[in-house]
Amino acid sequence: MAEFWTDYGWPATVMVAQSVALLVGLLVLIAYLLLADRKVWAAVQLRRGPNVVGAFGLLQSFADLLKFVLKEPVVPASSNKGVFLLAPLVSCILALAAWAVVPIADGWVIADINVGILYIFAISSLGVYGIIMGGWASNSKYPFLGALRSAAQMVSYEVSIGFVIITVLLCVGSLNLSEIVNAQQTGLADKIGLPWLTFLNWFWLPLLPMFGIFFISALAETNRPPFDLPEAESELVAGFMVEYASTPYLLFMLGEYVAITTMCAMMTILFMGGWLPPLDIAPFNWVPGIFWFVFKVCLAFFMFAMVKAMVPRYRYDQLMRLGWKVFLPLSLAMVVIVAAVLQLTGWAA
Amino acid sequence: MGLAAAFFYLFAGVLIASAFMVIAARNPVHSVLWLILAFFNAAGLFLLLGAEFLAMILVVVYVGAVAVLFLFVVMMLDIDFAELRQGFLEYVPIGAVIGAIFLVELLLVVTTWIFSPEAAAQAQVPIPGDMSNVAAIGQVLYTKYILFFQLSGMVLLVAMIGAIVLTLRHKAGVKRQDISVQVARNPATAIEVRKVESGKGI
Repeated sequence: MAEFWTDYGWPATVMVAQSVALLVGLLVLIAYLLLADRKVWAAVQLRRGPNVVGAFGLLQSFADLLKFVLKEPVVPASSNKGVFLLAPLVSCILALAAWAVVPIADGWVIADINVGILYIFAISSLGVYGIIMGGWASNSKYPFLGALRSAAQMVSYEVSIGFVIITVLLCVGSLNLSEIVNAQQTGLADKIGLPWLTFLNWFWLPLLPMFGIFFISALAETNRPPFDLPEAESELVAGFMVEYASTPYLLFMLGEYVAITTMCAMMTILFMGGWLPPLDIAPFNWVPGIFWFVFKVCLAFFMFAMVKAMVPRYRYDQLMRLGWKVFLPLSLAMVVIVAAVLQLTGWAA
Repeated sequence: MGLAAAFFYLFAGVLIASAFMVIAARNPVHSVLWLILAFFNAAGLFLLLGAEFLAMILVVVYVGAVAVLFLFVVMMLDIDFAELRQGFLEYVPIGAVIGAIFLVELLLVVTTWIFSPEAAAQAQVPIPGDMSNVAAIGQVLYTKYILFFQLSGMVLLVAMIGAIVLTLRHKAGVKRQDISVQVARNPATAIEVRKVESGKGI
């Protein structure tokens, strides 16, 4: 029995404790990212945004949480009840599951698996099921149209995200997320003889076009404006969410924001050096890695929020054209070019 | 090993149950959802075997892309299942033959060690301990099996071209958007300035 405890019981307990700690940290971060999203949006439009609950509206997200939880859940009579209630759960749980492999600082990762990046890619491509199931189970026109749009959109942009990930993998030679970050410790800054400018080492610079493609594809993959066609309120009222209220709606909302944060974390890890400090000089390299990771995730989220505030919504055929006729050939060509450059110069490990 | 065995029975049990539900469910959309659950549990079995790359690829390709399109199509079809089940008994012999062939093949694979011990010994080449199985697959796929890899790529290419040729239609009189033409427009070609006299119109 004691052996069972040391072999399985204690590691499982530690893992559950770590997961709960990460989950709480992540949800609090998301509560404030949600507020930041609304504040940035308001600031661009010269409004104040939420400013009533708590100082500067800091408790707004928690007030919203209580409001949603305490309302009555409405299940439409003609809906497919099991699938209808399963959809928001799928959406939220899958989004949270991706965080199991995200390294938030050196060695701070719950599951340090060999195929970490593939795991995140797989889990984020499953997010579409929550939307399709919700849209179909509502048994109503607008949610169904929203679900169809979303399915086509997410499948299209996954392709270019996959190719962007492949180019990064070619440069790293590993699918492990911690190794992807560690591979960014050396690079351009060392080559030009200024090793303290560590932010030049990160992949955003040598793979700049892929960084752009990844950012735009991440917007499309998470149904963020300007690609929020599945819930375009001017045409589809609220898309796949029309029939949802109270806690199920909250779960959809939460799943969406967790997925956005996951995409920000992916951008941080793949292109912005994860937990590495931007400058390798005194005040910067004293700061612990977790701070830099959260800082970079917030920076990436700020870009998401600014795009939402500034860019008008795409038309659906433009969206499809961008995905299949612009990003797919570009990213495919870049895979070939990056592979050729690495092979010819011998930079690959 | 106790825990691994427990997980094996969990995944295998759910896999078989959900595979049964795929054919037993009355609603086709429910069938597809059960199929997705079956894929997930198959991925779990791959993980238990130490083939984490195959597990992830199974989820990415089958669950993330193929099943989405499948669900997409099934949701839009208006299938009357009572009508579909009418011919059920007519097709039982064909189904039974296919099932029997699968069963025999599976038995052959599983019991190779009885028929040919040499072949079974060949099959058990383990992945070297210091190599991740992504690297191991890459090293055999792009060297020893490069011909088969390229051939399967060609088969998929032909299938893709076939699908495009079958569905491509050029209808006369449909207005298409040509982005380069739109971008190349300028005031000189797009705008005509006219002097309109009052009370007349153009």
